[in-house]
Amino acid sequence: MDQFAVKVYVRLRPSVLDPAGEATKSASIKLGAEGIKSLRIGKMIEVKIEGNGENEVREKIDLLCDRLFANTVIEDYEYSLEKL
Amino acid sequence: MDNFTVGVVVFPGSNCDRDVSWALEGCLDIRTKYLWHESSDLSDLDAIVLPGGFSYGDYLRCGAIARFSPLINALDEFVKSGKRVLGICNGFQILTESGFLPGALVANKYLNFICDDVELDIVSSKGGWFNNVDEKQTIKLPIAHGEGRYHCDSDTLKKLVDNELIALRYKNNPNGSSFDIAGITNEKGNVLGLMPHPERACDETIGGTDGLFTLKSLILK
Repeated sequence: MDQFAVKVYVRLRPSVLDPAGEATKSASIKLGAEGIKSLRIGKMIEVKIEGNGENEVREKIDLLCDRLFANTVIEDYEYSLEKL
Repeated sequence: MDNFTVGVVVFPGSNCDRDVSWALEGCLDIRTKYLWHESSDLSDLDAIVLPGGFSYGDYLRCGAIARFSPLINALDEFVKSGKRVLGICNGFQILTESGFLPGALVANKYLNFICDDVELDIVSSKGGWFNNVDEKQTIKLPIAHGEGRYHCDSDTLKKLVDNELIALRYKNNPNGSSFDIAGITNEKGNVLGLMPHPERACDETIGGTDGLFTLKSLILK
């Protein structure tokens, strides 16, 4: 069995308003940071997982992302995968 | 309706289960039974309420973890049989996460947790959940949520409108919901999800009775 470290990034779809991102953008500007054009908040999920090769692990991660980690009505996801 | 029994689902973190049970039993004389989320035997139940609260601490997304409970798995057959399911607040979030109703509920537009009475227009009588309002097309119910902004894509919204699946719309949209949506039904009409709390409007002493009819509708065939 191979073990992989996976980082999943879940983001609100561009069409979905992100009020937490807007509030953080506002605070960033109050802090004095200049030039911020956009700020949106997502989630990063780290998973260590084992399986028979990268393809099998990708299948498992795809299922997890599609059914649990992200709600594809409002969120997009992508992930990176590193063999340990 | 002597034997008619409504199952009130209890998840870890549910906090309106007792309110729902009180409203059904105390105000409407409808028998209830608490259902722990790990139960999957719904055979002796005639209708089910998914109450408000913070199931599983709202971890990941509201309703996202509850969706995988044995009870929600068993709900598919229950809904297909035509029996009634009412999802209130967190219950509505669970119904969208689990695909019984379209769309999703996300953080309120201004991030504030809103606890207030709101006026609602009754848009559709599908399922008979609001049929008492032939003359009065507006009702007042309490809301209490931080993540109650209904969101769906334009195709879904068109489908909701075309098929008369929008049950309730806010008169003064408090949270930024698409199309002012506060509650929707499935196509058959036997599943209703709404952010307002009908169980908190069942007695004049707590501010109103506009929620009574919706709870009473659980016994409709």
